[in-house]
Formats: sequence, C-alpha cells, structure tokens
Amino acid sequence: MDLAALGDCLGTSSCLIFQTVGGLKIGLLMFLVASGLTLIFGVLGVINFAHGSFYMLGAYLAWQTMALTDNFYLAVLAAALGVGLFGVLFERGFMSRVYRGDVLVQILLCYAFILILDDLVIIVWGEEFLSSLGIPDAFHRPPLFVGGAIVPVFHLFIIGFSTLVAVALWLFMTRTKWGKITRAAEQNPLMVSALGINTSLLFAGIFALGSLLAGLGGALAASERSISSGMGFSVVLESFIVTVIGGMGSIGGAFVAALLIGMTRSFGAIGFPLFTDGLMFVLMCLVLVLRPQGLMGRSGG
Amino acid sequence: MSETFLDVADLDVFYGSSQILFGVGFTVGRGETTALLGRNGAGKSTTFKALAGIAPPKRGSITLAGATLEGRKPYRIARAGLGYVPEDRQVFPEHSIEDNLLIGAKKGPNGEDYWTLARIYEVLPRLHDLRHRMAGRLSGGEQQMLTIARTLMGNPSVLMLDEPSEGLAPIIVAQIGDLIRRLRHLGVTVLLAEQNMHFCLGIATHAVVIDKGTIVHRGPIAELRDNEEIRKRYLAV
Ligand SMILES: Nc1ncnc2c1ncn2[C@@H]1O[C@H](COP(=O)(O)OP(=O)(O)OP(=O)(O)O)[C@@H](O)[C@H]1O
Ligand SMILES: [Mg+2]
Repeated sequence: MDLAALGDCLGTSSCLIFQTVGGLKIGLLMFLVASGLTLIFGVLGVINFAHGSFYMLGAYLAWQTMALTDNFYLAVLAAALGVGLFGVLFERGFMSRVYRGDVLVQILLCYAFILILDDLVIIVWGEEFLSSLGIPDAFHRPPLFVGGAIVPVFHLFIIGFSTLVAVALWLFMTRTKWGKITRAAEQNPLMVSALGINTSLLFAGIFALGSLLAGLGGALAASERSISSGMGFSVVLESFIVTVIGGMGSIGGAFVAALLIGMTRSFGAIGFPLFTDGLMFVLMCLVLVLRPQGLMGRSGG
Repeated sequence: MSETFLDVADLDVFYGSSQILFGVGFTVGRGETTALLGRNGAGKSTTFKALAGIAPPKRGSITLAGATLEGRKPYRIARAGLGYVPEDRQVFPEHSIEDNLLIGAKKGPNGEDYWTLARIYEVLPRLHDLRHRMAGRLSGGEQQMLTIARTLMGNPSVLMLDEPSEGLAPIIVAQIGDLIRRLRHLGVTVLLAEQNMHFCLGIATHAVVIDKGTIVHRGPIAELRDNEEIRKRYLAV
C-alpha cells in the first residue's frame, strides 16, 4: 500500500490527468463489453457466460481482417458484425432452447461454448499469442500535453468513440420505438407479444446487439493488447462484476460501474499496486451488502 | 344476427393435465358487442387466453374473418386482428402513457389505420392530459382506459376485454361502459368477459354464458334479461 504516492498523484495535475485518462479508457472499454452482457440479461433474463469468448472472437476477427486488409477501421467493423452474427446463431440455435430451462443448463451450455471457442481459435490461429493490431496511422502522432500530462491521441479516440456508443445505446433505448419495446419486453414479454410484436425476433436482435458490443470491445482492446485463447476469461468476470455493481440489466448502471472500476484500477495501481484487482472485488462486496440491487438496479428485481 | 365474424368451435383447453374448457364454441357477428358471462373460475379468462394464443387449445378451431387462428403464436394472432386486453391491466409501468400507446401502434390486418394517437386522445382526452405520466402512477381506472386504448392502437378487428370493470369504482365503471358503447357506434366488434351482468345488460348486444368450462347459453342479450332461470343458475345475481 502506498497512500503517500496516491496523495502525491491526486495533488499533481499531470499525474491526476494522466491517471484519469487511463481510467476513462479502461472503464469505457469495459463498458462496451459489459453493456452487451447487461443488455442481454435485462431483456432475456439469461447471463451469457460465453460473453468473454465473444470478446476474444472479436479480437481474432479484427486481427484477421487487419492481416488481410491492413485497415484498422474495417477490422473493427468486421469484428463487431462478425461477432454479432455469431451471437444470433448461438441464440437461435442454442440459447433460445434453454431459456425456460434450469440456470445450470444455461451455464453448462455457455461453458461448453467457452471451451469450444478457445480450442477453435487455437486450431485456426495457433497457440502462440498474436501481437496487438497496433493503432491506425492517423494516430501515429506526438501525444498531447494537457496540464503537464502526456495524453495519447488514440486514447482520446477510444474514449470519444466508446462514449458515442454509450450515448447511441441510450438514445436507442429511450427514444426509438424498438428501444421502448425492448424495455417493455424486459418487464412483460407476453404482453408485448399480445400487442403483435414478434418477441423471438426481438430477442434474437438484442442478443445480436449484445454480442456485437462484445466483439467491438474485443477489437478495440486488441489495438493495444496481445491476443490469445482464453483472453476472454478475465473479461467475462469483469463484465459480470460491472453488471452486478451497476444493477443487473441496467445499461446506465453499467456505465457508472465501469467508470468506477476504471478509475479504481487506474488510481489503485498507484495507491495499492498489489491490490488493484482486490479493490474491484471490495467495491462489489460493498455494493452487494449496502445496495444488493446494484447502483441503478430496480429494488427487488 | 349479422354475418359470423369470429367463429370459435369445440375448444378444449388444458392447464397441465387438468382440463379447463370442454368444447367451448360460439360466434360473434361483425360490429356486435358480445358478453361472455360466468361466475368466478367459470373459464372466461381461459377462453380469452386460448383465443389469444397464450393458452393454446388442444382441440378446436378459431376463425376470424375466414383466417385460421388456432395454433398460431400470440403475435401472429394479434396481427390477424384479434386484440386482447388481459384482466389484470398489464400496463408497462415504467413507460409514459404515450409510450404505452406507441408500443401498441400497428396497422390492422387489412391495412386499417383508423386508430392513431390523435384519435385516441380525441376519444379519451384524459389520456392526452396525462400523456407524459408514467403508467405505473395512474389510478386503476386510468390504467384500464390505457390498456384498452393501447390495444386499439393496433387497429384490431375484434377487441377482447377481460373484466374491464373489475375492482373499479362505480363512476369509473360507468365511464368504461360509455367507452365500450362508443366503440360499438364506431363499428368495433367487442368481446367482453364479465361476472357483472348488470354492467353487460346496458352495453352488450349478445350474451354467451359459460359455466365450468362449457357454454350453457347463447343468444341476444334481451334473452338473458328475460330468462331468470339462467341468471339464477349460472350467474351470481
Ligand atoms: N394457470 C393455471 N393453472 C391451473 N389452473 C388454472 C390456471 N388458471 C386458471 N386455472 C383454473 O381454471 C379455471 C378457470 O379459470 P379462469 O381464470 O378462466 O376463470 P374466470 O372465469 O376468468 O374467473 P374470474 O372471474 O375469477 O376471472 C379455474 O378453475 C381456475 O382455477
Ligand atoms: Mg378471469
């Protein structure tokens, strides 16, 4: 524990800004992935434990597209759409058949897919770690200096882009007819279908969107991290924690929780270098004890 | 009696292994308001759920304007023109009145688009005044008006109302009765499940009486008004 260092950092604008930007980047990337998990849970009532594997698949698809086209944006797009498509096949072919079943069956099904996908990527791309995609040429430029802090332009891009996705998601859920229908179906799917809406199609669409967000998160994260089979494991755990802290099914809650964890990680790395992961769990325990429904979850839900 | 519009024949419905409906059959003519009357637990709601595809019948047929409905999914039945308002007013509590109405909006089976937000607000100005309020914060009567209006927004050819008067104050019940009468004047075909016969006498044109899952009487409402025996045997009045 190094509280003096943390105090120093909070008191110095350069360190404060540097760590804040880092925390925002970590948190918003985490939000992209976790929002998909919480969206699927909110509407379908199932936890897609294979969500981390979808993130991994996104990273690999992005890497492959990058290798073929050398176009970063195309790689991100292909990963998002590819994983969205995979998600809808997974939902129609497998998950939709166990919605009414035991939770244990759902977990086992997801676990089977985790193992299958882990092996599949090894068969296709090999056991070696793949190197990160690297950042696009447009961002190969000197970093900005803000208040004495070094701020990589690419990190600002990630922050801006993820924020845009968050806003788009929020506008979709609150302003569009399909978003309103989605929120109504979270609470009363039978009534929604009695009004003439094909809820199976809606569920498939939401699963596709949630998966797409995992793929998008994986592709963006792969710009700076190496890619390997099993990389989704810690991610699904983190997303689950974000979902619990924010309130199961609450996208706004996931946003707040992801930022909270991002900041905890960023500043925790200075104040509690050996306990950054632990801080995240402490946060979760506090929320579970003090506000079991999560920061923005419905009480009793 | 006008031409048969909705034709229900020989419905058997089970919940698990217990049979609830035994060969239920009746017809509804276009533009009529038919009351489905029966005591507590007689099978009124189950009949509606069978029609709406929520409790699919094991046997029997349901035909609306020549189209077969049995065996179809609830959303397809709704799209075929059967509008269903369930008994416990299932408004979407965290959506505004207006959003509740918009979720129900669709064209009718033949492209009908008579019911729009504007028309609903014209008929039910109270909903217009409260349009931004969360549906969960409305009174029981307002919620009932809203669920009826929400289903109307889908331009159904037949509107099924399951006990719309249940648990409401007499003055609100009277307002709901007025609304149903106005719908009849607009040509909407209504099927109304009720225990409250007096409520139906003033608004229905025809009556179907159900008891222990079987239809025991059907005919114009006047017949029921004049037939004390049926009223005594099958209805609590
Ligand atoms: N989900 C269910 N499972 C098993 N039995 C049920 C179920 N729902 C209703 N029943 C039984 O089916 C019978 C008919 O119920 P139904 O709800 O159709 O009656 P109802 O005429 O609508 O009565 P009410 O006036 O009380 O609404 C009752 O005996 C009831 O106990
Ligand atoms: Mg009933």
